[in-house]
Amino acid sequence: MAQEIIIEENYRMPAPVHVGDEKGSLTRVIQQLVFTVDHKKLGLMYIAAGLLFFVIAGLLAGLMRIQLAFPNNHFLPPDVFNQSFTMHGTTMVFLVGMPMAFGFANYLVPLMIGARDMAFPRLNAFGFWVFFFSGLLLYFSYVGAPGLFAAGSAPDVGWFAYSPLTTKAFSRGHSTDYWTLSLLLGGIGSVATALNILVTVFCMRCPGMTLGRLPIFVWCMVVLAFLVILALPCLSACQIMISLDRYFGAKFFDTQAGGDAVLWQHFFWIFGHPEVYILIMPAFAITSEVIPVFSRKPIFGYPIMVAAVVAIAFISLGVWAHHMFSVGMVSLANAFFVTSTLLVSVPTGIKIFNWLATMYGGKLRFELPLIFCIAFLFQFLIAGLTGVMLAVAPFDWQLSDSYFVVAHFHYILIGGLLFTIFAGIYYWYPKAFGKLLNHKLGLWHFWLFAIGFHITFLPQHFLGFLGMPRRIYTYQSDRGWDEMNLLSTIGVAIQAAGILFFVYNLIYSYFWGKKSGDDPWDAWTLEWATTSPPPEYNFAKFPVVKSRRPLWDAKHPEDPDWKHE
Amino acid sequence: MLRSFISGFATTVRLLLTAFILISSALLPAVAAQPETDIHRLADIFQPQSRPAELILEPTYLVLLICFGIFAVVVAVLVYVLIKFRPRGPQDHLEEPPQVYGSYNIEMAWTVIPCLIVFVLVLVSSRSIVEIQDQPMPEDAIKVRLIGHQWWWEVQYPDLGIITANEIHVPVSSKNGPPRPTHLILESADVIHSFWVPQLAGKTDLVPNRVNHTWVEPYKTGVFLGNCAEYCGTQHANMLLRVIVQTPEDFEKWVANQKQLPTEPQDALAIQGKKDFYALSCVNCHKIDASPAEGVFGPDLTKFAVRQTLGAGVALNTPENLHDWLLNPDSLKPGCYMPDMKLSPQQLSSIVAYLQTLK
Amino acid sequence: MNYATTENPADWKLPSARKLGILTLILAESALFTIFVVAYLFYTGKSLNGPYPNEVLEFPLLGTIALFSSSGTIFMAERCLHAGNKPGFSLWWGITAALGIYFLYFTGSEWYHLILEKNLTIATNTFGTTFYSLVGLHAFHVIVGVLLLLGILISALRGRLHPDHTEHVQAISYYWHFVDCIWIVVLTVVYILSVRVPQ
Repeated sequence: MAQEIIIEENYRMPAPVHVGDEKGSLTRVIQQLVFTVDHKKLGLMYIAAGLLFFVIAGLLAGLMRIQLAFPNNHFLPPDVFNQSFTMHGTTMVFLVGMPMAFGFANYLVPLMIGARDMAFPRLNAFGFWVFFFSGLLLYFSYVGAPGLFAAGSAPDVGWFAYSPLTTKAFSRGHSTDYWTLSLLLGGIGSVATALNILVTVFCMRCPGMTLGRLPIFVWCMVVLAFLVILALPCLSACQIMISLDRYFGAKFFDTQAGGDAVLWQHFFWIFGHPEVYILIMPAFAITSEVIPVFSRKPIFGYPIMVAAVVAIAFISLGVWAHHMFSVGMVSLANAFFVTSTLLVSVPTGIKIFNWLATMYGGKLRFELPLIFCIAFLFQFLIAGLTGVMLAVAPFDWQLSDSYFVVAHFHYILIGGLLFTIFAGIYYWYPKAFGKLLNHKLGLWHFWLFAIGFHITFLPQHFLGFLGMPRRIYTYQSDRGWDEMNLLSTIGVAIQAAGILFFVYNLIYSYFWGKKSGDDPWDAWTLEWATTSPPPEYNFAKFPVVKSRRPLWDAKHPEDPDWKHE
Repeated sequence: MLRSFISGFATTVRLLLTAFILISSALLPAVAAQPETDIHRLADIFQPQSRPAELILEPTYLVLLICFGIFAVVVAVLVYVLIKFRPRGPQDHLEEPPQVYGSYNIEMAWTVIPCLIVFVLVLVSSRSIVEIQDQPMPEDAIKVRLIGHQWWWEVQYPDLGIITANEIHVPVSSKNGPPRPTHLILESADVIHSFWVPQLAGKTDLVPNRVNHTWVEPYKTGVFLGNCAEYCGTQHANMLLRVIVQTPEDFEKWVANQKQLPTEPQDALAIQGKKDFYALSCVNCHKIDASPAEGVFGPDLTKFAVRQTLGAGVALNTPENLHDWLLNPDSLKPGCYMPDMKLSPQQLSSIVAYLQTLK
Repeated sequence: MNYATTENPADWKLPSARKLGILTLILAESALFTIFVVAYLFYTGKSLNGPYPNEVLEFPLLGTIALFSSSGTIFMAERCLHAGNKPGFSLWWGITAALGIYFLYFTGSEWYHLILEKNLTIATNTFGTTFYSLVGLHAFHVIVGVLLLLGILISALRGRLHPDHTEHVQAISYYWHFVDCIWIVVLTVVYILSVRVPQ
């Protein structure tokens, strides 16, 4: 353990080992990646895998939108369309959202708490590879799971796979089993990584880093990990139950034998609702780091931000049946879940207000991380408000299972999560690779993607108002849905163009980007106290911190934070 | 005053929405639709034509008002912040702004006010939930038993002894005078489906091994369009529903007609069709009253010719469409459970002629 | 536990990673078991046909005594290790493993009788489904626990274990106690409550 404070203004780290510096052939590089237990490499692998699956699921979405651009279209037959929305949803939730969260957590948490690596490095590698194989297993279904004409090859039961559609009687062949087993496997990996995050944060902080001095990013990841620990086993229970039903004749969801179809919905959403909060946590985490740095002020109301995120997690465990308002629960049950769902909007709103208050009175720097976070604030506000509308059960009786809900959750997941993931990548790419991402290309990426996103998803709110249900592969032309569907599809092309700029930027900047140095953004958390990229051991000596912004203290010795906290 | 503000807001929303739809429909060529009278084509939840759908709008307008208000305030603050605190030139970055860590009073304010809003919304929603969900049905309410199948609707009137498919006929209720709701009992024969006719009521699921209830109380006659709203397999998209609201007289006429046996076929082709129908395995899946056809797997065909659509709304019930359907159902509704019966051209035309006599 | 009241980093103390790790794992497993327990309670009294719990279930006295005692013996083993008494540790630890194996044998023979004599399988009715899945999940965890115990026992018998390993052994004993606590819940829900519910 360190005996002296090492954060000094002119402190210089010894020459670092860069990622990819290892001498030798491609074989050696691949070997290093396959056998690595380094949290930084694994973090980047998680993010790379997440981006790969994002592109695949995005292509599926593009195909679906082409099919829906015109009424009575024959671009995709119904079984392919149904497989597409199932795979799109499953991929985006389990193979993009969660790996991105774990990737960011893996890379940044040990750095931010001044640790050398995660608590259990081998478990870390295990978690990654289990996730990656679960993704391969899911996509193997396209070739390996022939079914009867109705069952198809890839799973086609929707990403939440309601029973009894998933029972053997209605889902013949093995496509549903690929869904089940892939998620069961992935769940094990997720619990492993979440366990690792929790133990790392509680047991490996550098001296002086009390829980009250953790960066909010780390708090959000702790909450994320806690939710994963509680929620993913519920999904595993569901998968075990449906597999027992399908192969051992069990009666969990066999309605002919007294089983209950709604039981699946309860168990699934007990997992599923915390899951969507797991998905949005990285957005909260990244925004809480980016906005202060680019407003040149500390986060407004640190204690309440932490309390809010913890409150969100706890309340989110009690709102699940707002996905089931139309299933026929008694009015008391419906009213209870209306109440709990509306309650969760209070801490969420508090966070938005606090981010705004952080920017208020600051000196804004319109770099790409902040630009994406500003868009996040706007879009997450809209999404949160449509969520409040859906919480009112009578409104939900009209609009659940319609395109209004599709619009709502895409505003959350794309407008909220994805935009902040972009912000996080623009912010921390220099740390990971030592090069800044190109600003002009980034602006093209931002504007194309933002405009395309709104063109696609804003009209879908109105499609919901006009009675268009979700998960339909086609529609008739006399319903008033034609124009908005076409508009929605046009937006996809614009978003795709934006993504192309992004991918090009990632590759271009790796080779020809401007060198960033250790701390290009003049930031305050510990990851900026080491080189870009960090050496494998992160810090030569363990930092000792006295406040929430150790680098602010180092850069402003006349007015350190610990005098004010 | 609040009421008139809310209804003014509601009207504005409706006007804007209608304008948007009219403008966009005018800009793009409309597809020539089959001429059908009295169909309410836009299933707009903001144009309710039935009491439960109206009741849903009360908390809806309140929550929309609140949400638009919050949106306006927060976006105004965001825009103000972006403009007021933007970078002001190359020297701006040399000095850091005042470091503010928080404010107890401000935090209190924006915790307490949302809590109050939540409290109001909970009360309004709860009242609305009870009013809609626990509405007692009068003794003379028409009872309809709706059973969901993959991918069609079985419609039974247990008190009247009627079985039909894909269309629900209900009598209109009037706003002045005793209400005449129709009570729908929802069940499913296979997987979960959902009843959703936006202008008449919110959606309620049809769950196997469970009996759900909903009701409609329409104020306007005409045909209202609905969809199955819970993914139920390959042809979920084409599990369409029509609710036909009729004047009490027309409704009684329809009931009387449904209770009668279908007319006997008169021309030779139709008589041949009847023989063909009974000889083929059509009778294993379909039922026609007072005939050897007693199958219950597919829709009841007793009064098939009176229905507006076939294939649960996938096509209008015309001889041409019926011909295409019988030739190969998969061509109209890929994946549906009615097999290609491999009929010869003569059988096709005779059975089409016979089915058209089932009035 | 974690404080920096002085600025002296030497005072910095953090919780044990191994302990927190196993406790987190126990939390995750508790969530898993909760779902199966809820399913069991939900379907109590709802089977469409027999056999029913009160007809076929017998209170598993011997197996329960074995499992509960094993929590005591594992505690004794830990005490021996902490005191440096290696042969004592191996003895008590071995008895724990043996009791665990006996519990598995007991459950296996109970299932043998239920399947072959009482005609209750996982596919018979919702009682069979929820019974075998819940008790089976618990038995699976006992199997994993026994394997962990045997692994440590082998290390101990080969002389590789010493008091520095107290924390590693403690982690496994936490897991074993957890398995025992789950059995208390299963016992209550299945063998005490559901047999009293009229069908």
